[in-house]
Amino acid sequence: MINNILPYLVVSGLLFAIGFAVVVSKKNLILMLMGVELMLNAVNINFAAFSKFDPDPVQGQIFSVFVMIIAAAEIAVGLAIVLKIRRYYDGIDPEKLNNLQG
Amino acid sequence: MAEQFITDLVFWLFCLITVGGAVYVLLSEHVLYAAYGLLVTFLGVAGIFVFAGAEFVSAAQIMIYVGGILVLLVFGIMLSSRKKAGLSHLKVENASKSTGLLIACLLGGVLILLVSRLSFTGEAAGTWLTIKSFGFSLMTTYVVILEVIGLLLLMALIGATYLAKDDQ
Repeated sequence: MINNILPYLVVSGLLFAIGFAVVVSKKNLILMLMGVELMLNAVNINFAAFSKFDPDPVQGQIFSVFVMIIAAAEIAVGLAIVLKIRRYYDGIDPEKLNNLQG
Repeated sequence: MAEQFITDLVFWLFCLITVGGAVYVLLSEHVLYAAYGLLVTFLGVAGIFVFAGAEFVSAAQIMIYVGGILVLLVFGIMLSSRKKAGLSHLKVENASKSTGLLIACLLGGVLILLVSRLSFTGEAAGTWLTIKSFGFSLMTTYVVILEVIGLLLLMALIGATYLAKDDQ
């Protein structure tokens, strides 16, 4: 069964869907960042799973490592912005970030 | 036969851990508990990487995600909590829980439907990648990308430090 690619794709699809739901339904910026991490993990599972069926498996694995490094950079900048928002608006509820609203 | 069964069982266990942790992140009312659910998910994904023949990616997953990103997230939770709100400052409000569940079910259903209609004809290549050849190609074929990505990480971390600086 684990030599079939379907289980990997199903788990990855479920993880992506849950991550998207976390991003759109939570009223907390840190939890939204967590949802983005879940979606990136789902993509990484796909890369690793397809690299198993590739005669040259190094391509997919290197790409998933690069995705991880980009995720680390993204979370560092994202949390810095969250701290700045928290200081300015006294809270991290995305509904309250309405200074640009007409 | 028995070995195959046990391997399948462990694989499905890791899948269950992964999806279960993610569902806990979706349903949890508490930011810190959601971070713990995320920890479980990351470890499950590391196990799935091992089954996909990507041992180095699995180790990198544990080191980068669990050791780096999750610790950063917990720091972010601590630094962004509002102490004057008392004990409830870690509670999370959902915009709408039923909408979130509906979106998750719809998107997951569509993705699984599309994936199950695909037909792949390849067999597992059977060429297991060793860490040695992985590191060799990282330093030869992909060395430019590696350097560029290192520079990007440096710039992002300096930028994050500058952004989080306490200036009045």
